[in-house]
Amino acid sequence: MSTPSEPPSPPPSLEDSKHTTEALNNSFQDYRANSLWRLMLRRILRQRSAIVGGIILGMLILVAVFAPVLAPYDPEQVLIGVEPVRKRQSPCIHLLGCPADQPQHWMGIDGNVRDQLSRVIYGTRVSLFIGFTTIGFAIILGTILGAVSGYAGGWVDNVIMRLMDVLMAFPSLLLAIAIVNVLGRGLQNALLAIAIVNVPIYARVVRASVLSIKEQDFVEASRALGANPFRILFVRILPNALSPLIVSGTLGIAGAILEAAALSFLGLGAQPPTPEWGSMLGSERNQVFTAPHLVFYPGIAIMITVLAFNLLGDGLRDALDPRLSFNKPEQTL
Amino acid sequence: MFQYVIRRLILAIPVLFGILLVTFVLARLIPGDPCKAILGEKATQQVCERFIREHGLDKPIPVQFGIYIRNVARGDFGNSIRFSRPVSIILIERLPLTLELGFIATLLAVLIGIPMGLLSAVYSNSVVDVTTMVTANIGVSMPVYWLGLMLAYVFALTLKDTPFWLPPSGRLTAGLVSVPFYQVYNLTSQPDSFKFHVYEFIANMYLFNSLITFDWRILSDAVQHLILPAVALCTIPMSIIARMTRSSMLEVLGLDYIRTARAKGLPKPKVVLKHAFRNALLPVFTIIGLQLGTVFAGAVLTETIFGLAGVGRMLFEAITARDYPIVQAFTLVIAIGYVGMNLLVDVSYVFIDPRIKLK
Repeated sequence: MSTPSEPPSPPPSLEDSKHTTEALNNSFQDYRANSLWRLMLRRILRQRSAIVGGIILGMLILVAVFAPVLAPYDPEQVLIGVEPVRKRQSPCIHLLGCPADQPQHWMGIDGNVRDQLSRVIYGTRVSLFIGFTTIGFAIILGTILGAVSGYAGGWVDNVIMRLMDVLMAFPSLLLAIAIVNVLGRGLQNALLAIAIVNVPIYARVVRASVLSIKEQDFVEASRALGANPFRILFVRILPNALSPLIVSGTLGIAGAILEAAALSFLGLGAQPPTPEWGSMLGSERNQVFTAPHLVFYPGIAIMITVLAFNLLGDGLRDALDPRLSFNKPEQTL
Repeated sequence: MFQYVIRRLILAIPVLFGILLVTFVLARLIPGDPCKAILGEKATQQVCERFIREHGLDKPIPVQFGIYIRNVARGDFGNSIRFSRPVSIILIERLPLTLELGFIATLLAVLIGIPMGLLSAVYSNSVVDVTTMVTANIGVSMPVYWLGLMLAYVFALTLKDTPFWLPPSGRLTAGLVSVPFYQVYNLTSQPDSFKFHVYEFIANMYLFNSLITFDWRILSDAVQHLILPAVALCTIPMSIIARMTRSSMLEVLGLDYIRTARAKGLPKPKVVLKHAFRNALLPVFTIIGLQLGTVFAGAVLTETIFGLAGVGRMLFEAITARDYPIVQAFTLVIAIGYVGMNLLVDVSYVFIDPRIKLK
């Protein structure tokens, strides 16, 4: 006698399989959301330098946005006849014993009888603008050149990369000076010059990433499915090359702000009366022995801004670049 | 080895060609009439026509580029507009100071940066590590010219009448003259000969000249004048070297053979300095080579602040005065120096790390 066998389970209905796929999809989405962005954020938040840099940068952005509220005076307003102040007057802070009948100027008065604090506050706008626009432009151009170079290979790669080599053979500030020399002085031309000298850095970063990613299976699969090269490059490959770009971009902004300030210091970048830190420093540099506050504060402002980007960039690199994780052994000697 | 050097030299040729092309194109792109730019607004048409013919500016651009390369190869960079003297002579007068300043700054950067990085790595995550790395981060974020001005303010004004006073500008105290070594040793050469220019070049390096002539008074005075600019100039390279040494050392210190060395009972300083440091040196060395660009670019700013008559300040003055031949020649010389230095670093890897076999 045969024992009654268990009834065979009914074949899964179409409805069921739909549910399963949906559930799988959902969990995959969850997994992606959890793993990629949260993991990245968690890693960044574990980096002390990234947090410190991020906080300083956040504060600088707030200062830039609310400059009209924070600055006690218009940065270009000459105070002759408005207040009893004299040229290059030292800082007057009531809390530190400055007589109450004198108008308060935390950072003193500059050579054109303007309030230095207001100029330093408005300078944040100019410097952040310089940093983001120059590196933004350099990243866009560098990405296009690097991506095309890495993906196309052959003579295209050779021509583009040799050109980048030549640009990198010049110390960047000197090349920027030479380009401004051709284009003419002014903030706009200085920005363009700094952007141009930074292009090779991003072209190299993107090219290296493209070279390593383009051989991977998912790119091969995309190619097999008949996707066109532009789609493969810009939709499949480039998003995967983002993290080194973000890291070098953040560090690049620090360099760009320093370079732009140096150009303005030499009189080639921002022109007076634009409240740019480098130009403020440059126009008062001969007065350093008599009015050191006019040199001190803009320099400190440049340093803090550059430091913020450097710290953030360092933190991002440690967080986003898995290759660097071995740099931090648990125990050293 | 020799083959490798030759191959690297050949590979550098396209880059050098590119540098020549860029400086040529940059000079040609300058807006305005070259004749009016060089001879002045009052130059008549006749004079201009002759000038254009003499300088080959009426020839096709590729031919002009050929002429430019030929002149550069002969060391002929044309005449300065402002000084009406050959640019090459000005270069001989100005380059030695920048070389000395750059050398002292790089030396300081290495001598301070490497120990900083070493300490930081050996005592990682300690107070020492945090302090050195905060210092390095601040150092890399400071504008060179601002630091220079602040140093001048502190050491030349605030510390006046103390033993720490340092001069804020110039190469030598007024009244002191550096006697060229060829006069001290009665070496003769024809004026304007190649030998004469080489002598001049060496004599213009005041530190070296005073060393070989045993003139200690000039030497100490020249060193005093160079301290502040060199300190200002060395901050960024020093910070970068310290950071690179730290990360490179951390990587090596985590390797198995270091643990083995410690396990077999070798003292810690010996393991750090002999086993780890030598292996960690390669990336540090690369970064030192790359800092030459920072030093040259920084020289433009430092020399301007400290009133030093070097290549950097001359370049800045030439840009302000639109003295194009000087701008073109000085940019070219600096770029070639930069490429040459990096080539030297590449080649010297083989001496530092015998694991690298140059093919």
